[in-house]
Amino acid sequence: MAIEPMIGRKKKKASIPMSAAKQEFSFTRRAMFVGGVQAVFGLGIGARMTYIAIAEKEKYTLLSESNRVNLTLIPPRRGWFIDRNGKPIATNRTDFRVDIIPDRLVDKEKTVATLTQLLSLDDDEVTRINKELEQSSGFQPVQIASGLDYEDFALISVRLPDLPGVSPRQGFSRFYPSGAAVGHLVGYVGPVSAEEYQKNRDPLLITPGFKIGKDNLERKFENVLQGKPGAKRVEVTARGKIVRELESREDTPGKPVKLTIDIDLHNYAARRLGLQSGSVVVMDCLTGDILTMASMPSFDPNSFSQGIGVSEYAWLREDRTVPLLNKSLQGLYPPGSTLKPLAGLAIMEQGIPAEETVFCNGGYTLGNRRFNCLGRHGNINLADAIKRSCNTYFYTMGRRIGYDKIAPVARTLGLGQEFDLPFTSQYYGTVPDSEWLKRKHNREWSSADSLNAVIGQGYVLASPFQLAVMAARLASGRQLLPNIVAGKSKKTPDLPYPKEFLDVAREGMFRVVNVGGGTATRGQLPLDDVKMAGKTGTSQVTAIRRDGRRSSEWKYRDHGLFVCYAPHDNPRYAAAVVIQHGGGSGAAYPIARDVLTFIYDKEKAMETLNALESSWGGTIEQRMARDLARYRANKAAEENAANGAASDSDEAGSNGETGSNEAENET
Amino acid sequence: MSSYNGIVPSQISSLPWRIIFLLIALASFGATILYSAADGNMMPWAAPHLVRFLIMLAAAIVMSRFPLDFWKAMTFPIYGGVLLMLIGVEIVGSLGGGSQRWLDLGFMRIQPSELMKPAAVLAIAWFYDRLPPSRSGDLISLLPPALLLAMPAALVLLQPDLGTTLAIIFGGVVVMFLAGLPLKWFTLSGAAVAALIPVAYFFALEPYQQRRVTTFLSPEDDPLGAGYHVNQSAIAIGSGGFSGKGFLNGTQSHLDYLPEGHTDFVFATMAEEWGLIGGLATIFGFYLLLRWGMRVSMNSASRYGKLVAAGLCCTIFFYIAINLMMVMGLAPVVGIPLPFLSHGGSSMMTIMICIGIIMAIERQPKSSRGKFA
Repeated sequence: MAIEPMIGRKKKKASIPMSAAKQEFSFTRRAMFVGGVQAVFGLGIGARMTYIAIAEKEKYTLLSESNRVNLTLIPPRRGWFIDRNGKPIATNRTDFRVDIIPDRLVDKEKTVATLTQLLSLDDDEVTRINKELEQSSGFQPVQIASGLDYEDFALISVRLPDLPGVSPRQGFSRFYPSGAAVGHLVGYVGPVSAEEYQKNRDPLLITPGFKIGKDNLERKFENVLQGKPGAKRVEVTARGKIVRELESREDTPGKPVKLTIDIDLHNYAARRLGLQSGSVVVMDCLTGDILTMASMPSFDPNSFSQGIGVSEYAWLREDRTVPLLNKSLQGLYPPGSTLKPLAGLAIMEQGIPAEETVFCNGGYTLGNRRFNCLGRHGNINLADAIKRSCNTYFYTMGRRIGYDKIAPVARTLGLGQEFDLPFTSQYYGTVPDSEWLKRKHNREWSSADSLNAVIGQGYVLASPFQLAVMAARLASGRQLLPNIVAGKSKKTPDLPYPKEFLDVAREGMFRVVNVGGGTATRGQLPLDDVKMAGKTGTSQVTAIRRDGRRSSEWKYRDHGLFVCYAPHDNPRYAAAVVIQHGGGSGAAYPIARDVLTFIYDKEKAMETLNALESSWGGTIEQRMARDLARYRANKAAEENAANGAASDSDEAGSNGETGSNEAENET
Repeated sequence: MSSYNGIVPSQISSLPWRIIFLLIALASFGATILYSAADGNMMPWAAPHLVRFLIMLAAAIVMSRFPLDFWKAMTFPIYGGVLLMLIGVEIVGSLGGGSQRWLDLGFMRIQPSELMKPAAVLAIAWFYDRLPPSRSGDLISLLPPALLLAMPAALVLLQPDLGTTLAIIFGGVVVMFLAGLPLKWFTLSGAAVAALIPVAYFFALEPYQQRRVTTFLSPEDDPLGAGYHVNQSAIAIGSGGFSGKGFLNGTQSHLDYLPEGHTDFVFATMAEEWGLIGGLATIFGFYLLLRWGMRVSMNSASRYGKLVAAGLCCTIFFYIAINLMMVMGLAPVVGIPLPFLSHGGSSMMTIMICIGIIMAIERQPKSSRGKFA
């Protein structure tokens, strides 16, 4: 052994040769170490499991349950709209629908093909279904068809064994018994749009079959009507297969909304409009309740609520009578002579006695321009000027007081006003004055403007609804506020005009209908004890000075208007009828007459209507179905033949022609 | 253990009944879980599981009747044969145009990588049995075993089968550790492995294996993808609570939320229905099994027997440890089944071969208990 290397170095274990005994000892120690490691590991894994199973049990139990249980919402039944007498306006009907659960499909193409054939689905639908099937995942159903009748439902049901993944279900869908008649009044319902779901991520919104109000009353009363969804808890496998139903909670239907509408009267008015494009609004002069607000032609809210077809929508959009526009609230027309009683109030307000006469020689000359009257009325006072709709009287007086004195009266009576009503959109219209003209057109008000405005032409625009409010306010002498929800009428102050003034205007309106020489004597109610008072209006579409060249084309024809109330001596009902391009007030007042007649004598009114409807070719539904079929046939023909465009315009022309035959022309 | 004791023949009465009962208990519990996993049916898992177990138990008992010297003599033929089969798998795989783990012998399919686990332990133990104690610590004590381990490990890694590779290496390293190699080597190589893990992660692992690792580190990030297994397993165990949801009442397994509920995640299936009690009982059963194996090792008179018993015991331990850690979210999902509970033939064959050889070592007549105090 060398000494030197040993200096400064400790003896190392490794330098000593390992003996067998030492190796055995080392083995035992190391084996015990290995065994110890195993034991420690066992304790560790046991501790870990204890932690998961005891400390985190609650968390994992919850997760396990949310795995296992799938919550399906049952869309709540929507609250009804009922009329003032409790009759249904919008209800729910049992609806059969067919869905596909994508996960359970065996042969997608074959199943879709079979359903297409059984339910005669059109190409639009098949495209949509295939697209949705591609995007869907798991067990979220894809709608194949809804609103099926029992026959179709049964047809699918008996074939179910051959159609795995197809699920026919019973649900509820919105039903409007009056169909198109109430389209503009209540609006319609529809599935929630992507934007709406972005705003409110309520899972109910994307539950199949759930619909929300999309327009007007349906939309504005959504919170009341919606109700609370029911729920069904089902146990599902990881692949979405339903194992069993665990429990279910019934839905809470939405609350009904009682409207002031008298649905029978409303339907009558809608039907009575017939082939015309126009609006009828009836109000209660005591309360301001809206009894009727019909706008025709319209769309069938039942079609919209079930998801309207592409071609049906195109048909509505392309129609020149704009069935998608609510003419009662959004149709703006020059009100024409219907504003004369109102102008009379303003004239008396300015201190001109009602007895003062104006000589009418058939027109009025302003500078070198001649403003025509309907006839030569000779010496005429206010009441008779209303009765005979003498323009000369109102030109003269209007120019004398200036339109700035008339405009405030028009506004007080409701023109140019928006009312607090649950409709999605109302148009104010225009009550012009010098200040307005300056602001809007940067021009000074001229006498010619006054002359036009005083007879409801020129810049003046009003909606049928505003005209009805005007009539109701004139008749009642109060500043009635229109109201659509039953029992919510407001107390209103009297109009700021002396009773004598109002009586003169009313007397003029009484004579219009009931005294020989009035402009609407044929509008008398066919009743012994009830007399109607009213005012006709014919408003030009083209400017009055280019009168000489009038086209007979529908869109250039005059609008026919009529405002009225009854009974004349104790006003209860006020109404406005506006017929777009009706040719004159003769198109309007017979409708007002029949609608008011309906209030007092339903049988008599129905007789009139039935006779008319048979000459028009059936009820609203029948005519709409026929028009739609014709539209589709035309479209198909157009697509087939390159020269098919001509037939379409012929079709549209004949429609308007029929309308004019019905008008009882006034002079 | 006397052959004159009663009517039971000595060949029967001398069997290690306590360990056999333990195995039967574990396998029967496994069959019970598989019965539930199949929604209360013996098929397709529980009945084959039991049949396979009984056949392999018989095989293990037969193996235990061979003297230890036989196994010693057979070590290299066995090791060499399995190594050839691994090479064969590679060749067949590359000829067939795809990786595979099976070798189809016509009448049965063999997974050589499974057989390599005990074979590698035998070979390395054989080497250290021959190595003179004085040479322990030299390079000669390290290089041949390292080679014996590296060859099969590389072949299995090529398949690729990371789990089995690690199992083979684990068994071999444990034998090397017990053989008395300097501790420093283990600490140093341990540090080296730790340093190499990130490198291996980026260069050696397949993308799906990488994903398993990242998922292991944060399973909640990917609840529907790769983290799904681990999350659903934890949900099954956690929702089982203390006493479980009851036999046949597990929802995670029966509604198919728990993937691989009859193979790798059978412990979660069990824990959901039997709760913490069932889990601790299972762990206790494994504890008894491993304690038996380690005792056999320490009580064996021969160095070969000691090393083999401990090595095989640790191979079994590796299965149990990795599987339970995986199931409880403590290890990445590597696809290692749980002995006696998971459905599957190859792993059970490996385990029963290990147990058969350990039983053979236990049967060694030369007891040298007195030598170790």
